[in-house]
Amino acid sequence: MSALAAALRKDLLLQWRTRAQVVAVFAFGAAALLLFSFAVGPDAGVLREHAAGFLWLGLLLSSTLTLAESFHAEAEHRALEGLLLLPASARALYYAKALANTLALAALGAGLVPVMVVLYDAATPRVPALLGIILLGSAGLSAPGTLYAAMTSQARARQTLLPLLLFPLVVPVLLAAVKATALLIHGDPMEQLRSWTLLLVCFDVIHWSLCGLLFERVVED
Amino acid sequence: MKDDRLPYSLLGLGVALLLWGSYWGLFRAPAEAYMGDVQRIMYVHVPTAWNAMLALTFAFACALLSLLRGQAVWDARLEGALEVGVTLSALLCMQGAIWAKPTWGVWWDWDPRLTTTAVLVFAFGAILALRQFVDDPVKRATWAAVAVIIAYVDVPIVYFSVKWWNSLHQAQSTPETVSRAFHWPLRINAFGMLFLMSGLISLRARLALLRHEDETAPPLPEPALRTAGAARGAR
Repeated sequence: MSALAAALRKDLLLQWRTRAQVVAVFAFGAAALLLFSFAVGPDAGVLREHAAGFLWLGLLLSSTLTLAESFHAEAEHRALEGLLLLPASARALYYAKALANTLALAALGAGLVPVMVVLYDAATPRVPALLGIILLGSAGLSAPGTLYAAMTSQARARQTLLPLLLFPLVVPVLLAAVKATALLIHGDPMEQLRSWTLLLVCFDVIHWSLCGLLFERVVED
Repeated sequence: MKDDRLPYSLLGLGVALLLWGSYWGLFRAPAEAYMGDVQRIMYVHVPTAWNAMLALTFAFACALLSLLRGQAVWDARLEGALEVGVTLSALLCMQGAIWAKPTWGVWWDWDPRLTTTAVLVFAFGAILALRQFVDDPVKRATWAAVAVIIAYVDVPIVYFSVKWWNSLHQAQSTPETVSRAFHWPLRINAFGMLFLMSGLISLRARLALLRHEDETAPPLPEPALRTAGAARGAR
């Protein structure tokens, strides 16, 4: 547990020290939200209807930048091998990195919400629930994302490979998160929010356990 | 020697059965009452679906064994099964689209099985791409195995999420759900495809194993290198 806390502290510190990158990724996400409206046209009703989808697509596209960058420091000067020599399990290193990535993505998602509200007029009174969905969705993106980032940081063509591997895998996260967010914005007369949230939770539980188990093999071989 | 010829025998048998089954399906089996001749695509579509799933399930089993045992042969089989599985899944999407246009009036429909197959093509296709960009054979084997396991576990979640999202596909076709007159061509083609797939996987696995042996072979000894250099200089 202390190893996990130490590794998490290291990862959060790394993200804090490279906060210029966080600002750049946020600008990228906000620009994506702006561009989506150009693709659809200025019809306020249509934009509001698709706001949830745009928010999550913006977050998904930005997430590859955050995730790809998360193993940048470890890939340089073979720092990952040094970390593996410490008396901390590879699993603790994985969970710390995935947790740090989840927090970074959730912060990014929360930052993109006001942009969505301003551009698409898609406000919701249930802000804590929306933040909860963003946190669950970010956890879903970062569990396989962190594992694949560890792989692709050591491979050629890493910028192409990470989204190529990650996007098909996180289709359930995208579907569930978009549906849940749309229900929060437009109302939930059929009470479907619970089912979609449950799907997100199931995806998170399965991938956090599975990727935690497999990470050791990815970095140690 | 006998073992060497097995994949070719499987390929020959598979092609022969596919020709026979397709002839039966196209010319001898009666046309379906509502869909007419369009339904005849079922004789390749359904066997493709079964065998695509079978190939990817075999890839998953190879991934588990490759991780547990670390033998190159399981990685080679994984490569073969993955390539054949992705190709069959891509064919499945194309056949589905060809069938959907005259039946539903659209090339593509967001039904759970069709969408899951498309996601599957991209998820497993990306692993083939990953294999191309990793030079170390040990890392390539481990990473591909890990990625196959994660993608395989993800398939049912994708299926259920898309099912909740939208649904239209007709009930799955098996010999029990189709009329007796359609049984034989369906069965013959299913076995034809199975033999063809097994032959292709074993040939592809053999190729992958040869490449692995080449990659992990010790470097040429110094005198051999000098001779090679001198020969190049003389030219």
